[in-house]
Amino acid sequence: MIQLIAFYLFATIVIASGAMVIFARNPVHSVMWLILAFFNAAGLMLLAGAEFIAMLLVIVYVGAVAVLFLFVVMMLDIDFAELRAGFVRYLPLGALVAIILAAELVFAVGAWNAGGVDLAARAAPVVSDKSNIQQIGELLYTRYIFLFEAAGIVLLVAMIGAIVLTHRQRGGVRTQNISQQVRRRPEDATRLVDPGTGQGVEL
Amino acid sequence: MISVGHYLAVSAVLFTLGVLGIFINRKNIIVILMAIELILLAVNINLVAFSAALGDLVGQVFSMFVLTVAAGEAAIGLAILVIYFRGRGTIAVDDANRMKG
Repeated sequence: MIQLIAFYLFATIVIASGAMVIFARNPVHSVMWLILAFFNAAGLMLLAGAEFIAMLLVIVYVGAVAVLFLFVVMMLDIDFAELRAGFVRYLPLGALVAIILAAELVFAVGAWNAGGVDLAARAAPVVSDKSNIQQIGELLYTRYIFLFEAAGIVLLVAMIGAIVLTHRQRGGVRTQNISQQVRRRPEDATRLVDPGTGQGVEL
Repeated sequence: MISVGHYLAVSAVLFTLGVLGIFINRKNIIVILMAIELILLAVNINLVAFSAALGDLVGQVFSMFVLTVAAGEAAIGLAILVIYFRGRGTIAVDDANRMKG
């Protein structure tokens, strides 16, 4: 019973906040609704028994992606009212596409519920005497090790790409040049002069 | 009793909302990126639901890879957005014609 209540609570909030993400007037509010949607989706996954993915969702999406969005939204100085022009103009087309898509998805779910195709044997059956994280870890570090490393490379490329794209060399700043300092010799920096009496030194 | 159909319905609605968000916020690329995140979240819910229903862990492993790609995509997308804003002073995607495509 409590599972049913929890499911409907999470499902309602995730859909409502998903709608608010796309309808909110201020993108900062959109990001806040996105965070709420992610939290409730994590709750849904927790109900399905996928604790690891649920925690990952909270850490990666809420902790990193949503904060990144918030950072960019607040950093850029944009007139958001101007960007909302055409909202009503695009609404009919968007609604049409969305309705067609929803109808197709409902149809697909109905077909799957009605028996559907016979799926192949399970690739990695769930073992009940181990925790979810342990099972995923055993799968991830053995059979899917190359995929796992490829995912790491994707993240590395994304990180380097983001840094290369946004980094800019700023001119006109005096920074410390260590090698130049180390290369400096006494002969280059000092000069011995022997001026005669009553004569000054030309600097 | 909650079946896989319930989860599929939630993820279908979320996916549709994401597509609708891309269409109605045509000018604001930040909201478009957020709508893409919603779509990927719907896909993840789908993968996890089927993983739980079929008793097969591969769905959860793939869900993790989807998460990885989503994080990378958000980082690159926002970086492109920042340099685009730096050059143009606006992020209206309607008049993005620099590449004459």
